[in-house]
Amino acid sequence: MAEDFNHELLCVLSGFGGQGLLFAGKVMAYTGLLDGRHVSWMPSYGPEMRGGTANCSVSLSDEAIGTPFITRPTAVIAMNQPSVEKFGPTVVPGGTIIIDSTLAMNGAEGVDIAEGVNVVTFKATEMAEEAGLKGLANIICLGKLWAETHFCERETLDAALRKNVPPKRAHLLEPNLKALQMGIDL
Amino acid sequence: MADNTQAAEERVLMKGNEVLAEAAMRAGCRFFFGYPITPQTELAAYMAKKLPLIGGTFLQAESEVAAINMVYGAGAAGGRVMTSSSSPGVSLKSEGASYMAGADVPGVIVNVMRGGPGLGGIQPSQSDYFQATRALGHGDYFMPVLAPSTVQEMADLIYEAFDLADTYRTPTMILADGMIGQMMEPVTLPPERDLDSLPAKPWATAGHKGQRAHNVVNSLYLSPEKLEDTNRERFERYEEIKATQQRQELMMCDDAEIVVVAFGAASRIARTAVRDARAKGIKAGLLRPITLWPFPTKAIDQVIENGAKKFLSVELNMGQMVEDVRLAANGRASVDFYGRTGGVLPTPEEVLAQIEALAEDRPVAPSAGAKAVASVLPQPIDRKSSYERGE
Amino acid sequence: MANTVTLPDYQVERIGSQIAEGETIKSARPHALSDAIFNYCPGCTHGIVNRLVAEVIDELGIEGKTVGVAPVGCSVMCYDFFNCDMIEAAHGRAPAVATGVKRVHPENVVFAYQGDGDLASIGTAETVHAATRGEKITVIFINNAIYGMTGGQMAPTSLPNQVTQTSPYGRDVSKAGYPVRISEMLSTLDGVAYVERVTCDSRQHIIQAKKAIKKAFQNQIDGLGYSLVEVVATCPTNWGMTPLDAFQWLRDNMLPYYPLGVYKDVVADGYANAAEAALERAKDCPIAQQKKED
Repeated sequence: MAEDFNHELLCVLSGFGGQGLLFAGKVMAYTGLLDGRHVSWMPSYGPEMRGGTANCSVSLSDEAIGTPFITRPTAVIAMNQPSVEKFGPTVVPGGTIIIDSTLAMNGAEGVDIAEGVNVVTFKATEMAEEAGLKGLANIICLGKLWAETHFCERETLDAALRKNVPPKRAHLLEPNLKALQMGIDL
Repeated sequence: MADNTQAAEERVLMKGNEVLAEAAMRAGCRFFFGYPITPQTELAAYMAKKLPLIGGTFLQAESEVAAINMVYGAGAAGGRVMTSSSSPGVSLKSEGASYMAGADVPGVIVNVMRGGPGLGGIQPSQSDYFQATRALGHGDYFMPVLAPSTVQEMADLIYEAFDLADTYRTPTMILADGMIGQMMEPVTLPPERDLDSLPAKPWATAGHKGQRAHNVVNSLYLSPEKLEDTNRERFERYEEIKATQQRQELMMCDDAEIVVVAFGAASRIARTAVRDARAKGIKAGLLRPITLWPFPTKAIDQVIENGAKKFLSVELNMGQMVEDVRLAANGRASVDFYGRTGGVLPTPEEVLAQIEALAEDRPVAPSAGAKAVASVLPQPIDRKSSYERGE
Repeated sequence: MANTVTLPDYQVERIGSQIAEGETIKSARPHALSDAIFNYCPGCTHGIVNRLVAEVIDELGIEGKTVGVAPVGCSVMCYDFFNCDMIEAAHGRAPAVATGVKRVHPENVVFAYQGDGDLASIGTAETVHAATRGEKITVIFINNAIYGMTGGQMAPTSLPNQVTQTSPYGRDVSKAGYPVRISEMLSTLDGVAYVERVTCDSRQHIIQAKKAIKKAFQNQIDGLGYSLVEVVATCPTNWGMTPLDAFQWLRDNMLPYYPLGVYKDVVADGYANAAEAALERAKDCPIAQQKKED
């Protein structure tokens, strides 16, 4: 199954503004760039960006990408309850949903998720804070998603993360890599 | 930031709006006048950050009206200049665009379209097709309109737009939409233009320095005969543009019987639908206009010669480009329309359903609303992702 | 009483063939004015001001680097009257167009020539913002309290109770509001270096008007900031008066409402330029005092 994912990953990353999901999506998109694949990254934009939910759609594909908006994701990272409720039911059978149950306290409970979807629930935000990695729950979730789907080579993922931490914030690189590893080791 | 100085061949991941700005600067654009509006604001923000670093001018104007008139002034003075906005703001630019056309002042206008009319919404739309291709402002004129469908094309087309504008002394429009503007895709940025290689502008109002008679940049002709002559001369240029500048992409059109015509964001959805139709054995193809004005009529001729019997114009509006398809087909093939509006995007399945209808000689359902679409679509949507298909 | 004037060489060259030996020249057309015949009505003050602007351009020797922006209104054709490079702008947009030119060629001298409808009604936003940006341009503003070209409608500067085609019972301030006093308004803006209101109803006033116009151009050359000269003018045709009566009406009604004088002059106030004056005005605002690092 994991092998098949490599042909096409259609991922929605969703949560509150400020949880870093657009950034995590960008890292994911960057892996495709480094691998020379077709890539698109599409953010939600508009008033909901201000304090409400924020999400982005990342497509990694071996074929040219049609619409960058993803209606039937093969993967979802949901970091709050509304995101689980909105995107959980859209995941295709065989897909994966990563739920941060720190804020999405009910997890997938009561959400109509298709059979055959791999539901992974854990308290990413809590873990991050306990490990002194406040604000990096997004990267822990990204690591976990990678561990579940292997959407690229591990080295590519690390390289993409390095590439996206700006030089001005070089001190954040190590914590980011640590958070990634933490998610992968879960 | 380091990305921009890397070798030109290197691919970078950038937002469409930022790519428009970066590629414009590489094309030699040194003057930007604009006003904030979603979903194009990243372009202005990028310009504000980068233009001063290369000796250019970024100015946030008091209004879209002022911005386009600053473009008119800067263009008249010989500068490579642009402005950008989204639909409601572009309406305000119609005045200046008309004056630029009437005074033969080059400049680039970007419209990252959103839904309308009025304030409309902020989601992607193509509802300004008429406004763009019927020349935006008052008076007897047209302007080249280029429609990117990928972030890469944002770079390629705006780079060319400045040259088109200078060559034909005309305002030139990039007609993008919220989807292409907001999304990130890998892009190979064009090389820096050698500013010395840009065309000379002996007509510009930059001071005659005692070397020549005074230049006048003007669109006022109180003599009707003179105005007619001036307009005729301009339309001769338009004929040349029509003859030499039509651009399109043809996909699977060699033997296509049903040709989907779609540009920009809609063409991305149509592309998937056409591929899916082919997978079902339907002889479908995609004609993607890259120039909306001039409309690629020669390509329409060509696909008809190749055997196209039916056209389906797919748009993010209630049916605008379909009129140009109909004019170009001129009775030689049937022309139908399918679109969604208000910022709603059709799914590839919806488009495929229309192609299938055409293939089976059933009527196309024009622009069904959200409820109607939901009721005709199989539940759940049965388009499988490739990993599902690849079992 | 004509004075004999010494003409610059170029003028002698221009009109030399027309002068018989020993003849006195009463007045020569400034070089910066073209041979085109003014299309202004008899007695219109536009002609005087066009000429003053051209004389100033001659005296400063800047014709070759000057770019003028013509408005929509009676002076719409002034792109034909000036010999410097000219641009015709849309109604009210001259300051925006001038901004575009100036940003491309900061070394050029750029002026906008506008009437009251153009500057103070449809183009108010462009006017106020060019001024507050401290755009280094020169604006010549003709205030004759009426729309001339369209045939005498109420202007933003029409006086209370003034009868026009669109205020046939007199401007009713309870409905049409009050006239805009541009010089007063713009003088409050930090980007402005110089605003003076002048008129041209008499020889003395014309001399003063020319001084003001020259200063407004010189300020631009010196990079001081935005300069505007408001010329309180007449419109005999649409006021329905003889030129002389119009001047009297101007003295009786216009000047009390629009008092002549300097409304802002940062140099006279002891500052090097508008920017320095603005800094001083905001001396208690810490963020405004931050020095920009180059």
